[in-house]
Parts: sequence; C-alpha cells; structure tokens
Amino acid sequence: MSLPNAETVTKTYREAISDALWEEMERDEKIFIMGEEVGVWGGTYAVTRGFYDHFGEKRVRDTPIAEQAIVGAATGAAMNGLRPVAEIMTINFAFLALDALVNHAAKAHYMFNGQFTVPMVVRTTTGGGRQLGATHSHSPEHLFATFPGLTVAVPSTPADAKGMLKTALRGDNPVLFVEHSTLYQTRGEVPVADYTIPMGKADIKRAGTDVTLVSYSKMAQVSMDAAKLLEADGISAEVVDLRCLRPLDTSLVIESFKKTNHCVVVEEAWALYGVGAEISARIQEEAFDWMDAPVKRVSTADVPLPYSRDLEQSALPDAAKVVKAVKEVLGK
Amino acid sequence: MALTHEQSVEAYRLMKLIRRFEEKCAEHYSAGDIGGFLHLYIGQEAIAAAAKYALRADDNVITAYRDHGVALAKGLEPKRVLAEMFGKATGVCGGKGGSMHLADKAKRFWGGWAIVGGHLPLASGLALADQYSGSDRITLCLLGDGSTNIGYFHESLNLSGVWDLPIIWAVENNQYGMGTAVARASAVEDLTQKAAAYGMPTATCDGMDVIKVMDTLVTAGEHVRAGKGPYFLVIDTYRYRGHSMGDPERYRTPEEVEKEKLNDPVERWAKHLIDQKIAAEEEIEAMNKEADATVAAAVEFAQTSPFPAPEELYTHVTA
Repeated sequence: MSLPNAETVTKTYREAISDALWEEMERDEKIFIMGEEVGVWGGTYAVTRGFYDHFGEKRVRDTPIAEQAIVGAATGAAMNGLRPVAEIMTINFAFLALDALVNHAAKAHYMFNGQFTVPMVVRTTTGGGRQLGATHSHSPEHLFATFPGLTVAVPSTPADAKGMLKTALRGDNPVLFVEHSTLYQTRGEVPVADYTIPMGKADIKRAGTDVTLVSYSKMAQVSMDAAKLLEADGISAEVVDLRCLRPLDTSLVIESFKKTNHCVVVEEAWALYGVGAEISARIQEEAFDWMDAPVKRVSTADVPLPYSRDLEQSALPDAAKVVKAVKEVLGK
Repeated sequence: MALTHEQSVEAYRLMKLIRRFEEKCAEHYSAGDIGGFLHLYIGQEAIAAAAKYALRADDNVITAYRDHGVALAKGLEPKRVLAEMFGKATGVCGGKGGSMHLADKAKRFWGGWAIVGGHLPLASGLALADQYSGSDRITLCLLGDGSTNIGYFHESLNLSGVWDLPIIWAVENNQYGMGTAVARASAVEDLTQKAAAYGMPTATCDGMDVIKVMDTLVTAGEHVRAGKGPYFLVIDTYRYRGHSMGDPERYRTPEEVEKEKLNDPVERWAKHLIDQKIAAEEEIEAMNKEADATVAAAVEFAQTSPFPAPEELYTHVTA
C-alpha cells in the first residue's frame, strides 16, 4: 500500500472497483465503458450500477453480445485517443475475443514500432465454484499472461483492486483486469484518499517464517485462511500475493523463500503449464541452494469442472488442501 | 464529382508508382531481400488512388495485409515502405512490422493488419473515437472479399450500424480469398447482401476505373460525414499476381488472367488521359520514367540502410 497510515474505510471488492471507475471517469472524459449489459442493466455483477444514469449513454455503452467487436473496437478507440474500459462479462467469453486481445491489442505498440498505444482496460470476471458447469467456470488468466504486451492484473483485496484499476486507467498499455466473481462481496479496508498501486508489484499479505504460500486472486484469500489454520498447528506461513501475472514480480517470492526454504503455490487453474510451474521454475533458477524440499502446487483437479456442488468443490483448491500440502512440504 | 486535370494526372502518377513499386518488390522477394509473406497490389491500384482523392488527408484509412499500395496512396514514402520490407531500421515501423504491417500514425494510416477480418473492429473503434470526440473525420476500412465470411465482419458491421459509426466499409473484391473463388466461399455472390442485414446503404462499382471508384467513394463519404452512419461498398477488381508470392495459382487459368489484363486499370487510365487530351503520350512516358527512378531510389535507400540495432528487440513491448 502506498499510504500505509492513511485513513481507511471498509468497502467490498465490488464497491472498490466501482469507486475506481467512477472516480477516474469523473477525472478523465476520455474514459468510457463498453460491454454487454454495462449500462441499463448496471453490469451483470452490478459493478457499474448507477453509471448509465450519471454518465449517460455516450460514456456507458451497451453493446451487442459480440466479444470480438467489443475488444477490437475498444482497441481501435484506444489507438485513436480514447481510454476505453471494455467489459467481457466473464473470462470464459474472452476466448471469443482472444485474437482481438492477443494478436491486436497486445501487439499494436510493438509491431508498429511504438507509433500506436492502446490505453485500454478489459475488465472481466474469473473463477469457478458457483455451479455454472464446465464452460462457465474457467480460471485461465495465466494463458493471457503468456503474451508480451498485455498486462494481466489479478487483485485479491478491495484495496488492491481499486489501486491497481486506477493505475490501469491512467496507464498507456492494454490491461486485462481480472476480478474474481466470488470475491465481490468480500470486504476490506480501502484508503479514503486517492492512491494507486503499480502493476507488477507483489505484496506480502501475511508475514511468516516456515513456509511461503504463493498465490493470486481468490487463492490469496484461500492462502490466508490456510495460514490461520496452520498457525493453530504452530506453523508460520508467509503469504505472497502476486497481484499481477504480467509483469510478474518474483522478487518477494525469492526473498521469502530464502527465509522459509519451503514453498506451496496455490492456483485456481489446472497445474499443467500454469503459474505454479512458473514459480517453481523461478525458485529453482534463482534460489536452488535454499531449497529444503520440492515446491508443491495446489491446483484445480485436471478435469472440466462439473456442475454438481460437492463434486465441483472437490475439484477446487481450498484451505484444507493447502494445509495438507504445506505439511507434506515440511515433512510433518 | 470529377477529378481536375491535375488530379487526373496525379492519379496516374500514383498508380504507376504503385505498379512499379510492386513489380520491384517481387524481384527483391525472389532475390531474398524481402522475407516473410508478400502480397502484391498489382491490378487493384485504382482503388487506393481513388481513395486518395475521394477522402480528406486527415481521414483514417485502415486495411488488411495487401497494404503497400494503400500506404503509398496515403502518402507514406516509397523508400521507407521498401526499407520496412527489407527489415531495415529506416522502415516505417523500424523493421518490426514488415510487408503486412505498414503504418504511419501521423498520416492517419492505421495499418496494415494480417489476420483476416481482425482490423474490422479496429476500424469501428477508430470511427467511434472520432464520433465520441466530435470530429468530422471518417474512416475508410478496406477489406478483402474473403473477410466477409468471418465472424469479425458481422460483429463489426453490426456494431457500426447500431452506433451509426462514421465508416466506409469498402470490399476490394478481387474475386478470390486466397485461392477460393467468391462463389465457392460465400453463400451469396452479391456481397452487398451481407451488409444489408446491418442497416446501411450499399453500392457496387467497377474497381478498374479510377473515376467510378472515386464517385462511389465520394457519395459514400458525404453520407458518412453527414453523420448518417456507415456505408458499404463492393469494389470489383482483380489481382494479376498470386495471393502471395509462391502461389501456384491452380484455381484459375492463365487465359482468365490475360483476359482480365485487357482491363488493366493503369493502362486504361493512361489511355483515358491521352484520349481526353489531359496528358500527352510524352507526359505519360515521363511519369513512367519518374516512377522507375523513384523506385530505384527506394531500392538504393533500402539496400544501404542499416538493420535495426540488437537492442531494438526489446523496445516498444509496452508503452
């Protein structure tokens, strides 16, 4: 946090994101919102409720259900001087806009040697656990993070979400801003004064000495829950929240690992080619001599997510699974 | 709207330059100076030339990967366009874009995009930004007949119709999407039928005739600039070369190509200038030599320019 001693107020994750959008739209006329049901409906997750009435239809634009056009048009508008916020209702639909996002938005700056900038924020929601079935329950944000040129933000707290969204809205790069659909109701302290949080800066969410838990988005909260359970067992866990998958800041991970010599990565995604794989690689590259045990991953079961409640929950990482993994890593 | 005599002569100068430029590109592709894919504009020159006179200099132009001729018509320097294809630091994109990704923001030439249909929503966005800002600029989006079959096309046209965006959608119908004839790829051969579904006026014209293309673009441009929403054009043309270099051209006969060449837009325009006594044969010949000289100078520039410095690899990944 840039203002650690500042006056704060309790806000939900939803309110914090909504406030960031509202405040930045008041500040900059070039910012506008476009997407499915962002206007009259107020956003399917109610993040933009009240925006249409206040800012009007020019700046809060309902679109057809057409993800390629939403992301592509936002990219073109950004190239030509505006600062669009394109909303993709859920990240599952972002696959339809993958070409627009990674082949055009992410590459326009490089391919034309810096002539074009794409100051665009694509807001979307991620995550399973709501019995929406296999097509609506992905957490694939790491896939998007493999493409140079695209910033991928994955905040876990209201304060991070607000500060990072403000950075995205004031910056000149395309940002995929990934909100977790089951975090919207969660609460946290948010500074009252204006503040920003830079992209690509991880954060220690809880200090500890025995094991490093590395995670992002909702799994940072799951890691915090696990840390509390571990504390009861006399195990001190440090929780590193990556906050951003590109740029990826591993400096705190390495620093923490050199202190704890043990690491568990918690990711709401399939393990294969995922964030856990990347973090494990970085640790063995940069802190091999500090390794007391292999890095373990707690990931989503390697299946399409099922509908039935308990079956779905059994596929997702939770605090108990993290505790189990930590004990295995520590040999306890 | 008619071209002035001076514009008529300039249109020829530009078309001949594009023709000679493209012929020289083919030579240097074969010689290994140009890498990647190379899509030539030969046969389609009248469209880019007409656009130059039908639009304002500050209007937006965006196109697909067959972009050299359009770039030259938008005022990009031939030597810097060729240097880009040679992968040189002096190229319009510093050697990072190549043949398919030419652009010059200052001239409002927005590229040069190589995924079929991918630039259509970008055009919607360019137009949206101008509409949002209260500018009376319009956007010309050139696209190939093949792109009318892809999802991007339908989403982008629909959005432009819903929001009354100031865009001219202009299909350069060169009869083949790669090697597949329009009738084999599109359920309707009259491509204007596809745009009719999105609530915009349409027109078709002969793309081998500069005047006809210009008249059609001017009519569309007046409609669009007046804030009446998008306009859709099908400009019938023909490319005399393959889809890209190395195209075996099994999908058409040499006879077909030879027949189409009788309608060559550059030759046709030269004849028009002479017949109408707008230019004498000597003037035409002088412009042909001038085109040769300009292209030769471009080759010299491209050949002698340096390659990008190694550190350029990592510049402009992010802003």
